[in-house]
Amino acid sequence: MKALILSYLRSDPKAARVVPATGYTAHLTLFAAGAMAFLAVFALALSLAAGRLADRWAGELARSTTLRISAPADQMTTQVDRALAVLQQTPGVATARALSLEEQAALLSPWFGAGVDLSGLPVPRLIEIRETETGYDAAGLRLRLAAEVPGAILDDHGRWRRPLVEAADSLRRLGFFSMALIFGALAAMVTLAANAALAANAQIIEVLRLIGATDVYIARAFVRRFTLRGLGGAAVGTVLGIGGVMLLPEASAEGGLLTGLGFRGIGWFLPAIIPVLAATVAFGATSFAARQTLKELA
Amino acid sequence: MIEFDKVAYSYGGGELLSDISVRLAPGSFHFLTGPSGAGKTTLLKLCHGDLSPTAGHVRAFDMDLTALGRDDMAMMRRRFGVVNQDCRFLDHLSVAENVSLPLTVAGHDASQMSGDLKELLEWVGLTDRAGALPPELSGGERQRAALARAVIMSPDVILADEPTGNVDWEMSQRLLHLLVELNRMGKMVLIASHDLQLIRAAKSQVQARVLRIAGRKLQLAGADL
Repeated sequence: MKALILSYLRSDPKAARVVPATGYTAHLTLFAAGAMAFLAVFALALSLAAGRLADRWAGELARSTTLRISAPADQMTTQVDRALAVLQQTPGVATARALSLEEQAALLSPWFGAGVDLSGLPVPRLIEIRETETGYDAAGLRLRLAAEVPGAILDDHGRWRRPLVEAADSLRRLGFFSMALIFGALAAMVTLAANAALAANAQIIEVLRLIGATDVYIARAFVRRFTLRGLGGAAVGTVLGIGGVMLLPEASAEGGLLTGLGFRGIGWFLPAIIPVLAATVAFGATSFAARQTLKELA
Repeated sequence: MIEFDKVAYSYGGGELLSDISVRLAPGSFHFLTGPSGAGKTTLLKLCHGDLSPTAGHVRAFDMDLTALGRDDMAMMRRRFGVVNQDCRFLDHLSVAENVSLPLTVAGHDASQMSGDLKELLEWVGLTDRAGALPPELSGGERQRAALARAVIMSPDVILADEPTGNVDWEMSQRLLHLLVELNRMGKMVLIASHDLQLIRAAKSQVQARVLRIAGRKLQLAGADL
């Protein structure tokens, strides 16, 4: 197989010349590869951005939990202290800290305005829990809190975090699926273009066979040409796509995913794989088309 | 070298060739005659595997052509030099490039054999047309270029379908002389031709046998040709 691939790609300018270079299939392949590479850059950027978002939501928020304690005013301090004691003994809890009334007031300020005095209001007390990397056993902790701190409700944010993480994961999968579709469509287009080129050159193939050309020799002229066209077109499309991504707005907390679409750090080099993939797809598609057509013409 | 064993060939409708058995020995010189449509071109195509018989077997160089894979068939064809009636070329390549194409296909460095190419083009009278494109050639020039392409690899067998059909008498004698010379070098030559004058001229230079297709059968023609 390796020998066959190498024989297809071996540089032989004279072999390449047996097929005329002109023809609409050349432009069609260049354009298709360029357009598909352009789209693939955005699909890749979307996948990576969605992946980052999913990781952040899954990582940062998963390690943060809130314990809410609702109790009569005279029992509040006792229950908070008991809850903190339970949490300190719980494996997987890194830190547990009761929010001060001032901090809770700050959290409520969007609704009640700044400087609200909570001392006279029956608001629950909040304990912020930070997990270790391994995390804690939520079910076990709930059972223990139910026994020892009856007014405690453990909220691990899972209810609203899970759908967000799932949505981000779906978006990431969608991005990769889009890339697969893009390369599939490129393969289909190159196959059609290669078939058209082979059919248009049926007479040349007949002459070459008459003088003893093997299928590999004949196919090489087509495969090499279409592979190089795929590579060239995709390289241009990728550069344009990267330019387009660079023009997108910078990431910001307010914009969320919409403004975070792009590459980060070494990720900027990832689109370089797109022309290579496009050339590989063009190589495979043309090899397949050439094998089929030469078999039919035999 | 080439052996037909009870070969038959049918096109969609009727049978064109029937029960043909013949052995063409290495170094032999044969003419193939017969009326138009008798199957001369078909028989030549059967010889080098361009067509497969509908019955019987064709062997070349001790290989059954019907059993050969496509790559083996390609290698076998390099031992044939074929001049078809329609003389097809790669129209985007020059005459010189077309003539040297079998060398390129076989992996030889055609530039190292430029001396042979030049000599061959001179032989067929195409030195001045070496840089021309095939569509610019006349019918006779195309036939000469096709013959040059057929013999450049010094093949073991030369099959020519009406190779002198479009050339004048003087040129046909030159081409015949080239084929006779190749035959003297041990090459087997099979020429399909209507041209009785050419056949007579050849018989005066070489021991040529004349095969005739008539009534779907192959016969050895009389010596009165």
